[in-house]
Amino acid sequence: MQAGCNYKNYKFMSKTLFDKVWDSHVVRNIEDGPDVFFIDRHFIHEVTSPVAFVGLKQRGIGVMYPERTFATADHNTPTWNQHLPVADPLSANQLEALADNAAEYGISHWGLGHRNNGIVHIVGPENGITLPGSTIVCGDSHTSTHGAFGAIAFGIGTSEVEMVLSTQCIMQPKPKKMRINVNGKLGFGVTPKDVALYIISKQTTSGATGFFVEYAGDVFENMTMEGRMTVCNLSIEMGARGGMIAPDEKTYEYIKGRKHTPKGADWDKAMAYWKTLKTDDDATFDVEFNYDAADIEPMITYGTNPGMGMGVTQSIPNATDLQGGVETYKKSLGYMQFNEGDNMIGKSVDYVFLGSCTNGRIEDFRAFCSIVEGRQKAENITAWLVPGSHKVVDQIKEEGLDKIIEASGFVLREPGCSACLAMNDDKIPAGKLAVSTSNRNFEGRQGPGSRTLLASPLVAAATAVTGVVTDPRTLIKETA
Amino acid sequence: MAYDKFQVLTSTAYPLPIENVDTDQIIPARFLKATERKGFGDNFFRDWRYDSEGNPIADFPLNDAKYSGSQILVGGKNFGSGSSREHAAWSVYDFGLRCVISSFFADIFRNNCLNVGVLPVQVSAEFAQKLFDAIAADPKTEITVDLPNQKVTLVATGESESFDINGYKKDNMLNGFDDIDYLQNIKEEVRAFAQTRPF
Repeated sequence: MQAGCNYKNYKFMSKTLFDKVWDSHVVRNIEDGPDVFFIDRHFIHEVTSPVAFVGLKQRGIGVMYPERTFATADHNTPTWNQHLPVADPLSANQLEALADNAAEYGISHWGLGHRNNGIVHIVGPENGITLPGSTIVCGDSHTSTHGAFGAIAFGIGTSEVEMVLSTQCIMQPKPKKMRINVNGKLGFGVTPKDVALYIISKQTTSGATGFFVEYAGDVFENMTMEGRMTVCNLSIEMGARGGMIAPDEKTYEYIKGRKHTPKGADWDKAMAYWKTLKTDDDATFDVEFNYDAADIEPMITYGTNPGMGMGVTQSIPNATDLQGGVETYKKSLGYMQFNEGDNMIGKSVDYVFLGSCTNGRIEDFRAFCSIVEGRQKAENITAWLVPGSHKVVDQIKEEGLDKIIEASGFVLREPGCSACLAMNDDKIPAGKLAVSTSNRNFEGRQGPGSRTLLASPLVAAATAVTGVVTDPRTLIKETA
Repeated sequence: MAYDKFQVLTSTAYPLPIENVDTDQIIPARFLKATERKGFGDNFFRDWRYDSEGNPIADFPLNDAKYSGSQILVGGKNFGSGSSREHAAWSVYDFGLRCVISSFFADIFRNNCLNVGVLPVQVSAEFAQKLFDAIAADPKTEITVDLPNQKVTLVATGESESFDINGYKKDNMLNGFDDIDYLQNIKEEVRAFAQTRPF
């Protein structure tokens, strides 16, 4: 900075939360190229890491900081009888490769059956690996989840996994900055999932491509850490590389005392840094959007990307009312076997899936149980309730939610990614309609030919007990 | 993983004028179970190329003989959205393609392509439409993608448009280098930086 810094220059120095974290991790800036970007914490799983290790071996290079990488098995693991050998030989082979590679390079590994095992984006925060102001990557696009803690977190490809293993860095151009403000009071029955699906429906599936998002406003300030994780998790579904929320007392309260969280003097030092992690008042964004909490109702999707969502009481828009390609829109509705103008409420459903890195945490199971308690699973519904981790399972049992689940005719499965991407046996059959709390309704995502409606745990629960798409507000009473 | 250099490519192209093609379509999750990088081309667009009995869907462009052998794919807007699976970019490459042209790419897919030797070329919506129209009129339409000059040209008419790529990535593609080669050379600088990180 030159001497004689005037107000204008001072403004130029103002930084967003994103700038502060990004800029502090740039090892080197390449002219007319990306930044060499340092990664504090790296998660790996069995599907996108094996080829990276093959690459290391081919090049004859090692892992620079094995203590900065954490391995967990989640994507293809069975959610039933996990104590038995994995039946699918290809999945078993990937799980073995993860275990072998972790052992060979000295990386911590939470394999199937380990008490810390679970979905990577659920076990990271649970174990205090996810910290404010840190950079986190994983070969999985929902790594954006960790942004809930004020971290820069995003998904990478396998070549980049190899880069992080070998040098703890990746090469990234700095994304543009977007802020999304949601203010006001959320309505009854409206959950963080609905807030996210609402924003995505406004932004479309590609509206935030090229941007990193900061979520701000009292809706996010008042949200629990788990709710914030759900929102940040879904950032990628509007194309954003990631999303983040400034850390606050709730954040510190959540992480304090966890396995990998700094302790003692290190905690105090970290806190001093974390308190600086907010967007300066006069910092600017490339683009900013404001939404009103009062406009959001429980959401549901009707098409084949997460941007095709609407309030559960609304009807499917006409192609001509939308921006974008009419043919693509009609192809999407054709796949879903829906028509323009259809109402979703009352549509007969075959499957309900509660789980995933989006909605597989304890609050999601509490929400689900708040509706199914005292009711019975509808006969036409096959329900898969899949907790995100063993810790979530423990908490479910501690709170007695397992009793409610059982009494209502549901079964609790074992942790994993499960039907979210259907790499294991949890596949929705062709043509069947599922209400899912996961994150993607792409063609065949939950199994070849499967049809997915994305919604909150409340909508999923209401549907599970009625057998048809149901507005949860009709089943629960508003409390003051 | 090293890949062949990319300089100037002239080829016919597969047209896929569908928007928001996600990586679950490019390669469905059930085909991500390999522990080595091979064979992904067979399952490129698996569920759009084959019916549920495994029979090829004849009129799907990637199965259509009149485009076969093309090394370019022209896709609709927002190509490659969704999952970060690099397997999608591998399947593009393994299918025999070296270049994808679209009016808009999803971020992670674009990065992955650049890391495996597939050139993502972003053009205006108007130029993309021009390419689709030309291919519809003549399936043997040739397109030249000239990386040194950052230019994509319809060979028959000479109509062209320039495209962006940063200098670093361009140099990598022209020479068949990858980021790991670069990072290996600055390891000491990274080690010094790591010392400054609080956690």
